Amino acid sequence: MDWYPLYNSLRIALISSVIVFFAGIGAAYYIAKLHPVLKGFLDVVLTLPLVLPPTVVGYFLLVLFGPKRPFGAWFLEHFNTRLVMTWYSGIFAASAVAFPLMYRTARGAFESFDETLAYSGQTLGLGNVYIFWRIRMPACRQGILAGTVLAFARALGEYGATSMIAGYTPGRTATISTTVYQLWRTDNDALAFRWVLVNVVISAVVLLAVNLLERRDRERGGRPG
Amino acid sequence: MALHVEIRKDLGSFVLDAGFETGAGVTGILGASGCGKSMTLGCIAGVIKPDAGRIELDGTVLFDSEKGINQRPQKRQVGLLFQNYALFPNMTVRQNLMTGLRAREKDPGRAKQQVNEMMERFRLTGLEKHRPCQLSGGQQQRAALARILLSRPRLLMLDEPFSALDGYLRWNLELELSDVLKGFGGSALFVSHSRDEIYRICDRVCVMDQGKSGPVIPVKQLFEAPVSRAAAVLSGCKNYSRARSAGERRVLAEDWGVTLEYEGEAPDELRWVGVRSHYLIPVPGPENFRGNTFRCRVLRVVEDVFSMVILLRPEAGGKSAEKQADVLLRAEVTKEFWEDFLRREDPAQGLWIHVEPKDVMLLT
Repeated sequence: MDWYPLYNSLRIALISSVIVFFAGIGAAYYIAKLHPVLKGFLDVVLTLPLVLPPTVVGYFLLVLFGPKRPFGAWFLEHFNTRLVMTWYSGIFAASAVAFPLMYRTARGAFESFDETLAYSGQTLGLGNVYIFWRIRMPACRQGILAGTVLAFARALGEYGATSMIAGYTPGRTATISTTVYQLWRTDNDALAFRWVLVNVVISAVVLLAVNLLERRDRERGGRPG
Repeated sequence: MALHVEIRKDLGSFVLDAGFETGAGVTGILGASGCGKSMTLGCIAGVIKPDAGRIELDGTVLFDSEKGINQRPQKRQVGLLFQNYALFPNMTVRQNLMTGLRAREKDPGRAKQQVNEMMERFRLTGLEKHRPCQLSGGQQQRAALARILLSRPRLLMLDEPFSALDGYLRWNLELELSDVLKGFGGSALFVSHSRDEIYRICDRVCVMDQGKSGPVIPVKQLFEAPVSRAAAVLSGCKNYSRARSAGERRVLAEDWGVTLEYEGEAPDELRWVGVRSHYLIPVPGPENFRGNTFRCRVLRVVEDVFSMVILLRPEAGGKSAEKQADVLLRAEVTKEFWEDFLRREDPAQGLWIHVEPKDVMLLT
């Protein structure tokens, strides 16, 4: 059995999760401070990938990154790098569909944060960076953790947009989900089933780990989110 | 030691328009819930930005909308004790106290020593490793105060510090806090809706009503001679009526339909008259009293813990369309007095109420 799809899926999901972790938290933090009208507009735009069919997201990504489209062509010319049909194209697809999950859960966590904690930090002379990472983030950790896990699981399971922007090339762009589809399509049921099992095991392990982390957190006397 | 505050901020339902000046000692801000007290403290601390105004502390301008000055809260050296104490829930008591020092003490050894001293002083020793949610309300308050004092503020502000505590705990904590404030040295602002707390803790007081602040006056003066109706109500006066002058040292209480004699000077803009409930005294008749005695119907008698509360309506009162059952006066007498009174009089047919002229408060 060729393990490349597992390796490729994991690296895409991990890198996407890191990107989405910072982007989602940053967006949630700064958008909360904006004017309500602008906030409402950005909120819709940033949440759209969650409700659109992944193929529609894939379409938009191709319009943006395709080698014959303005941005894709410019990138190809200046950096001599194609943005589609490579393994890292999967990162764009996974990040786009996983971002709203991180953004929305982080926003929910920030909204329930007691702002007087930040205020008291400021009056004590603590810097805003310290307050953000040492007070706000720990207080919101349950929401942030939940968002990260959801984003990772979603990135790992991404199929539609990935198949459009990265395609299926064995040993190059194949991921678990595209492999399962390809094997099923070519009547290789037995192998497809094995990959399905691999996927189920990874997802179950991740969810189990999160539950254990949350329980330990509660037992340490932390306040539930 | 001087704080000068002059701020305006539109809060939607009303406009915060506070202006006052204080020196050393404890100044109380007395006002009903939602009158803008906490907002005022937030503006002074710098965590809320006023629309316009000027805030100056010991000669340093903290905020000036005209000159475009708005110092960061971190730079203001203003300590604010929040209603919920705002201890960081993810940190231990020791870590919480360390945050107060972080900005000014870089030497770890000296920092540790100062925290230890403060833990001792606020009886927190032994609780170093506890998290805030494991502390009692009083311990939380002490930890929050210790943390603030470690940051060495020039001004200490307390926002309803006892509102989160049980009545039983309050008394001891109030004594403790009073000592802390005396030892603090700098100026302090104490915000509360409780006249009793203000009376016991503060030297001066400023009454706040619907976002408007009154003058800063000595605490005793507020309770002996309140100037405005809002001040009278906050100082615990239960009875007031619209009023207008009725000649030499006489005032007509329009809602009560009674003309009262008074002592002292009437304010220029006399609009209200007030009488505290324990100054309304049931008497056998008008014969032995020089004026200020009027007949009332008794609507209800309520037994309170240590006193009797008699709800009254002057017979001449309420000529307008108001309902006849409206309570207009509330008298309060001791239980012994009332038992004794009942032996001699029958209040079912109404009773006579007397007010000493010196107890008639004229208000704007």
